Amino acid sequence: MKNGKCNGGATAELPEIKFTKLFINGQFLDAASGKTFETIDPRNGEVIAKIAAGDKEDVDLAVNAARHAFDHGPWPRMTGFERARIINKYTDLIEQNIEELAALDAVDGGKLFQMGKIGDIPAAAGHFRYYAGAADKIHGETLRMTRPSLFGYTLKEPIGVVGHIIPWNFPSIMFAMKVAPALAAGCTMVVKPAEQTPLSALFYAHLSKEAGFPDGVINVVTGFGSTAGAAIASHMDIDKVSFTGSTDVGRKIMQAAATSNLKKVSLELGGKSPLLIFDDADVNKAAELALLGCFYNKGEICVASSRVFIQEGIYDKVVEKMLEKAKEWTVGDPFDSSSRQGPQVDKKQYEKVLSYIEHGKNEGATLLTGGNTIGDKGYYIEPTIFADVTEDMKIYKEEIFGPVMSLMKFKTIEEGIKCANNTKYGLAAGIVSQNIDVINTVSRSIKAGVIWVNCYFAFDLDSPYGGYKMSGNCRESGMDALDSYLQVKSIAMPLHNSPWM
Amino acid sequence: MASRRVSSLLSRSSSLFSLRGKDSFMNRGTRRYSNLAASLEDTITPPVKVQHTQLLINGKFVDSASGKTFPTLDPRTGEVIAQVSEGDVEDVNRAVVAARKAFDEGPWPRMTAYERSKILFRFADLIEKHNDEIAALETWDNGKPYEQSAKIEVPMLARVFRYYAGWADKIHGMTVPGDGSHHVQTLHEPIGVAGQIIPWNFPLLMLSWKLGPALACGNTVVLKTAEQTPLSALLVGRLLHEAGLPEGVVNIVSGFGPTAGAAIASHMDIDKVAFTGSTDVGKIILELASKSNLKAVTLELGGKSPFIVCEDADVDQAVELAHFALFFNQGQCCCAGSRTFVHERVYDEFVEKAKARAMNRVVGDPFKSGIEQGPQVDSEQFKKILKYIRHGVDSGATLQAGGDRLGSKGYYIQPTVFSDVKDDMLIAKDEIFGPVQTILKFKDLDEVIARANNSRYGLAAGVFTQNLDTANRLMRALRVGSVWINCFDVFDATIPFGGYKMSGIGREKGIYSLNNYLQVKAVVTAIKNPAWL
Repeated sequence: MKNGKCNGGATAELPEIKFTKLFINGQFLDAASGKTFETIDPRNGEVIAKIAAGDKEDVDLAVNAARHAFDHGPWPRMTGFERARIINKYTDLIEQNIEELAALDAVDGGKLFQMGKIGDIPAAAGHFRYYAGAADKIHGETLRMTRPSLFGYTLKEPIGVVGHIIPWNFPSIMFAMKVAPALAAGCTMVVKPAEQTPLSALFYAHLSKEAGFPDGVINVVTGFGSTAGAAIASHMDIDKVSFTGSTDVGRKIMQAAATSNLKKVSLELGGKSPLLIFDDADVNKAAELALLGCFYNKGEICVASSRVFIQEGIYDKVVEKMLEKAKEWTVGDPFDSSSRQGPQVDKKQYEKVLSYIEHGKNEGATLLTGGNTIGDKGYYIEPTIFADVTEDMKIYKEEIFGPVMSLMKFKTIEEGIKCANNTKYGLAAGIVSQNIDVINTVSRSIKAGVIWVNCYFAFDLDSPYGGYKMSGNCRESGMDALDSYLQVKSIAMPLHNSPWM
Repeated sequence: MASRRVSSLLSRSSSLFSLRGKDSFMNRGTRRYSNLAASLEDTITPPVKVQHTQLLINGKFVDSASGKTFPTLDPRTGEVIAQVSEGDVEDVNRAVVAARKAFDEGPWPRMTAYERSKILFRFADLIEKHNDEIAALETWDNGKPYEQSAKIEVPMLARVFRYYAGWADKIHGMTVPGDGSHHVQTLHEPIGVAGQIIPWNFPLLMLSWKLGPALACGNTVVLKTAEQTPLSALLVGRLLHEAGLPEGVVNIVSGFGPTAGAAIASHMDIDKVAFTGSTDVGKIILELASKSNLKAVTLELGGKSPFIVCEDADVDQAVELAHFALFFNQGQCCCAGSRTFVHERVYDEFVEKAKARAMNRVVGDPFKSGIEQGPQVDSEQFKKILKYIRHGVDSGATLQAGGDRLGSKGYYIQPTVFSDVKDDMLIAKDEIFGPVQTILKFKDLDEVIARANNSRYGLAAGVFTQNLDTANRLMRALRVGSVWINCFDVFDATIPFGGYKMSGIGREKGIYSLNNYLQVKAVVTAIKNPAWL
């Protein structure tokens, strides 16, 4: 299927939905209220399954289980290596179920099935294997005390019960990115997946039981943000909450933490990330990176390069190439291996993206391509590119979270830096240039947590990731992520007759 | 039971005090080694076949260039287990060529660290699968109790490789602040071809301490096993290749120190040599490196480690731990607690109980269940230990237990205890490397610190006390690389190990060992208009 048309037909066998209930203390349970909610196939708007709707009472139950597992259970009392063995087993099980997990994310989130098989699920497994290897490498330090007769050292202790609230755009990777380091640190947890994409999280819960995690270490409560999510953020017995999602909700999480027990908060929020293409860039490569950066995962990615700045000397050539390539950016059923873009995750997002496209038109941006919906069912939107976008326009300032690119022209390096930083966000940025001075100057000047030079989405297990400014306050991935799940305890005691200080 | 005791001592210090093997050593009336004779009469047939006796070069088992072989002996009987290919200069050259090619052109350093880690994890899985076979080979060749091999050492071999598998994708250089407009980064690059020469007392564990970090960092290796114990490494080498290790990355050359070992230490194309063994040979290695290409050298050498029993000690626990600290692995540990310093207030009781414990030590065929001590590794070690025992007697130390060989065949030695040992006696100064405990008396901390440090060695120390200030003082005052407080021989993969003074250069295990196998490259780039410095 080519740009502009949608075949709509499913091409792969849909997975059987085996798990629809809450996972608490090692058991699948109905919600205390007995309520359920529908999870929808974004290809056609049809109901896939009814899922237990967790609320405050269920969160309480899950927190009790996690609390007990942390305060009295074996998990934090095992050696790091013993934890690693179980996490490694879990990884093996995930790798054995790649196909099914990828299908669940595809049907639930409209994500490309092929990409799930080669990208998302192996990456999720990779996070678990990486942190299995980290579980026995959490080092405190012995200290060089400045007072004459003191001996001191630090212990890195697990922080306790963690609440994880994860988004719907990368259900598997976000689950792994949060759960894996918390497990390695020795924490127990309550995970709330997004209401749009609860299916894979429940499958991961099932695998956790098989891997041998003690009951109560991993609990999964499916439900909505305003109920289950709020109950986690304001819970008095949760020691830390980790949230990935929109900046608006991030603010609420922090408020709930502030008005409850001052639990530690880590937030990974929205972005309006710039991609800067300089005059010396390879045109073909630059065009490809711009498209990938903005349209990958249908633009539903917090680091999307939704503001593309092109230096004036190369502007026309890059735009021409980009439009040529956009024609080959096929939109279609995520189970069709020729599709590069599936449907938006749900009706609400779909309508929001379309409203931004209208804003762009109304505010005077030039629509170069796209701008329409595709087909007559499901939530498909054409890859859309606006030129002549100015800094006062909504589509320049706000996170659209859809396949909508804003193109701007700049003259000097200084101007490019200024434009890139002209945002309340600071999550990621891309730079395309072969000039070493340009790269070094720009990469230090942009206020963002991740800089990709001549590449984009260069995520890596070992590479920390997170935002400046209103894009968040933590780092995930890499060894830095462990800090979110550890307390530092300093121990000091008198020291007598030491031969050295 | 004995091996379970040893196992829990090794695996975690916290379980130490649940042991209280009182009934096993409180039987003070015993004057004879009642458990010994029966176990020495029949030699148990090892439950394993020797499959590999050739050199492992470039992924293939091959004969030595000379065609020569040497016998490897069963220390229970002195009989030949197998004829093993004898590597010499030419074989080392072949192995270095393979390792060089694997490093300079091959996939190993070029694949992602995550790929390397997956191969090492697979290798650990294979070790676990072949646990008993590997353990039997280790015991047959070395003489250590099979239960120790099967329940502690082979699992720990897998454990060490899992640990370093986990490091492979976490080896970080740094970005560094400069004094000017410079962007500074350090790259931690693999050092290249590593030569590794390992001893016979823990053949596989020593292999893991060396191969684990070397491979995680992306190096290639030529490894020489000890001529006393060449067999287990060849089996494990095959499993490494089964796990997906590319050819030429690990080459194993069996042979002798003066020939194959010297060829490694003096090779112009080896970038780094790591040696574990005696201080005398360590000196030769360092000299050969300095005379050839100045290759980087790490050494893990001998020791005469103090075990200090303070006046507040629970004597029964102290006796058990001090006994373990010395007699474990037939006393063939570089970090053996071979100078047992006991505070005068508890000295007499300690000596009496230490003697009783030694006399109750269960010595016999290492394949027999419940055996605590097997034979010494070979005739040379056996004779050397007996010579030291004679020295002890001649110099006026009091022989409390043991003092002779056990049985009439093989290399078994009675668990031996000397009291009234003085600092200037040979048995208090030299590394005996056998089941000979030497007990010395001390009065106060200042004195014992001075005496404990009065050694050319500085490998390890044990401290037995409940007093926090005493523990804190001793841990800093002792000039040694490892201090074990109320525990001993805790050898977790995560804990660095190595010596002060003439006990060595560098640290193995833990994160520290990675440094031995990395070059640090500083990259400084001039930058224009930096937003911050």
